[in-house]
Amino acid sequence: MVDSSVENIDVRPVNKKENRALFEKREKIQPKKARGNFRRLKWIIMGITLGIYYITPWIRWDRGESGPDQAVLVDFARERFYFFFIELWPQEIYYITGLLILAAISLFLVTSLFGRAWCGYSCPQTVWTDLFIFVERMVEGDRNARLRLDKAPMSISKLSKRVLKHSIWLVIGVLTGGAWVFYFADAPTLLRELFTFEAPVIAYSSVAALTATTYVFGGLMREQVCTYMCPWPRIQGAMVDEDTLTVTYHGARGEPRGPHKKGEPWTDRGHCIDCNQCVAVCPMGIDIRDGLQLECITCALCIDACDDVMDKIDLPRGLISYDTHVGQFDSNPERKLNIRFIRPRTIAYGLILALVGAVMLFTLLNRSILDVNVIRDRNPLFVTLSDGSIRNGYTVKILNKIHETRRFLIEVEGLKGVQAWLESGPPLGLPMLVTVPADSLSSYKLYVSVPAENLDGKSSDIDIVVTDFESSERDLQASSFKGPDK
Amino acid sequence: MSNKVEKDEITGTDTTGHEWDGIKELDNPMPRWWLWTMYASIVWAIGYWIVMPAWPLVTSYTSGFIGYSSRGSLEQELAKATEAHAQDRAALVALELSEVKNNDQLYQFALRGGKSAFAVNCSQCHGSGAQGAPGFPNLNDDDWLWGGNMDAIYETIKYGIRSDHEDTRIGEMPAFLTDEMLTKDQINDVSEYVLSLSEDRKDMAAVDRGQEVYAENCAACHGDNAKGGREFGAPDLTDAIWFYGKDKDIILKTISRGRGNVMPAWVDRLDETTIRQLALYVHSLGGGE
Ligand code: SF4
Ligand code: SF4
Repeated sequence: MVDSSVENIDVRPVNKKENRALFEKREKIQPKKARGNFRRLKWIIMGITLGIYYITPWIRWDRGESGPDQAVLVDFARERFYFFFIELWPQEIYYITGLLILAAISLFLVTSLFGRAWCGYSCPQTVWTDLFIFVERMVEGDRNARLRLDKAPMSISKLSKRVLKHSIWLVIGVLTGGAWVFYFADAPTLLRELFTFEAPVIAYSSVAALTATTYVFGGLMREQVCTYMCPWPRIQGAMVDEDTLTVTYHGARGEPRGPHKKGEPWTDRGHCIDCNQCVAVCPMGIDIRDGLQLECITCALCIDACDDVMDKIDLPRGLISYDTHVGQFDSNPERKLNIRFIRPRTIAYGLILALVGAVMLFTLLNRSILDVNVIRDRNPLFVTLSDGSIRNGYTVKILNKIHETRRFLIEVEGLKGVQAWLESGPPLGLPMLVTVPADSLSSYKLYVSVPAENLDGKSSDIDIVVTDFESSERDLQASSFKGPDK
Repeated sequence: MSNKVEKDEITGTDTTGHEWDGIKELDNPMPRWWLWTMYASIVWAIGYWIVMPAWPLVTSYTSGFIGYSSRGSLEQELAKATEAHAQDRAALVALELSEVKNNDQLYQFALRGGKSAFAVNCSQCHGSGAQGAPGFPNLNDDDWLWGGNMDAIYETIKYGIRSDHEDTRIGEMPAFLTDEMLTKDQINDVSEYVLSLSEDRKDMAAVDRGQEVYAENCAACHGDNAKGGREFGAPDLTDAIWFYGKDKDIILKTISRGRGNVMPAWVDRLDETTIRQLALYVHSLGGGE
């Protein structure tokens, strides 16, 4: 008698190398529901990631009168990026670059330690596909019921199940696209506008585009996105080495595989009873017993499935488990996992991470609330005035990055006999005091003249100093003063 | 290249019969997504031909269903922009030029408009940075032939100098040699004198003779002190700025042959708003009075 507690599943791993012909129409994978620790962990992570995605735009953050009260906002109209206490101007885009570097290196580090943890648990493609499969299971039943439904002729009940499934998918798609646009405008306002048809066209088209991609990627394409479209499976090979944790079938323990009857001895055979449970749950349509494969996203569902089988046939768990490359050659069922966390690779990634993180933190903490830019006129390079003195023109741009109006004093230093005045400001001889409104940039035309005899060549050094009138914060911009040949 | 279709041993696929240096091409089907993308592109292209201007005809072209043209859309956008600025344009015409500066938003509007109008209409002679050239005044400096306040600049732009407009201002540098008003020697003397006003000259005798010639022939326009005269557009001869260049040969030529450059009148070519924008822009270049 075959071990009755374990169902032997007739399942074809459609993405197994030998089964995959070029130009063949895709065979739909119908993953069976898995139960176990990793499945639970995946539900939790799905809850957290979806929660973050949907709730973030609704978090409020007080920025006073002149700023929006949305905690996370990419404001294209005002050219600002708001993230809780951080507020970035377009020219500070390098913070975003830094964040991307941090994200990339973290991904490298995690990958070198735990393999494709990103793919298996938190990649949007995985999370949404999981959600879509969950919906499918709710509507059409688990694997066997779905296979039956696929073969069944069209009927009212089949049609209604299909319509219901696709409708729910579309609703999820709309909600996904709908949440996305809230990151780019005041969420409550935009929500109201979306329903009253007053929202900008771009909002509707973004929702439509993301609805389509969510529906197509999560509902229809699923594993093909990972296998054919995503570059990451190809890149990650470079981070994985023999000490990396991956989902591993312990071949030395499992082989030779074969059906097993209750009560039969386990001598002269492996622990794998060839029940194919691990294949049935795999959302990628592969057989983990073939070894590490590009398609495997390390979702660990096959671990859950096989552990379940091992429990039923009274063998130790872990025939499939997270293990390093060497693990598959170890036939000891009680094998102790021994991970080398500290390796040259992880040290390198860790150091880069720490360095970039420290630089980012330092610049962020020391981020000035005043930014001054001086652009010297190039056309004309200089102007000769009627008394023979030489005049240069400068555009002085002052960025006031705080939510308060500030006054600044503009001064010119570095050459003898300098006279300076603002085109729009008070006449020559008075201090150049300007008012820059809160959270904005003001631009001033500055004219500087110097007697020709005080210049000693075509180009002299000159400093333009901007000082906060109240706090005395200073910003000195070195520039040059051009004159005729001597 | 042979044309024999054969079965490839390894893949079991037919070859196309094409062979290059022993490399045979397999006759694999096109990926489906690729084919569908191509069909979709064909459908799109046909739709595009119908909707948009597409096919050249002998003297014209198919203009398409919606009658789009890039020129037309530019015109629409320009009209929209003018429309959007209607209020500013009206305000600019209504105000005294000197009052515009009190309204920063309006002033900035005028400067930006003036800058682009300058690039289109004025830069050909005055240079893109208004830096001028010999015979074409530098508009950045503080030396003005016909006055450098906003209203004077406005008038110069509007009616021109020695232009064909009846309200234009005229002043002419006579051709003293050509018209036989002065001899060559006298012209040499007077140019020595003019140069002596801004630098030391060696031939003081010539300078002294030149001063007399100056008083009789030049002072009427350029003034007794040679500081120039704005009613005739006569340049200041004592300062560091030289209209045609600070070079004795050039000065000799100016006195001998005369000068009479033309600044066109823009009143018939530009609208009132643009002329005002130009006046404010030129005034803002640093030398405005
Ligand atoms: S590895 Fe485990 S789940 Fe897979 S066939 Fe063998 S016993 Fe079954
Ligand atoms: S082989 Fe296992 S870990 Fe890999 S994708 Fe399939 S179920 Fe997930």
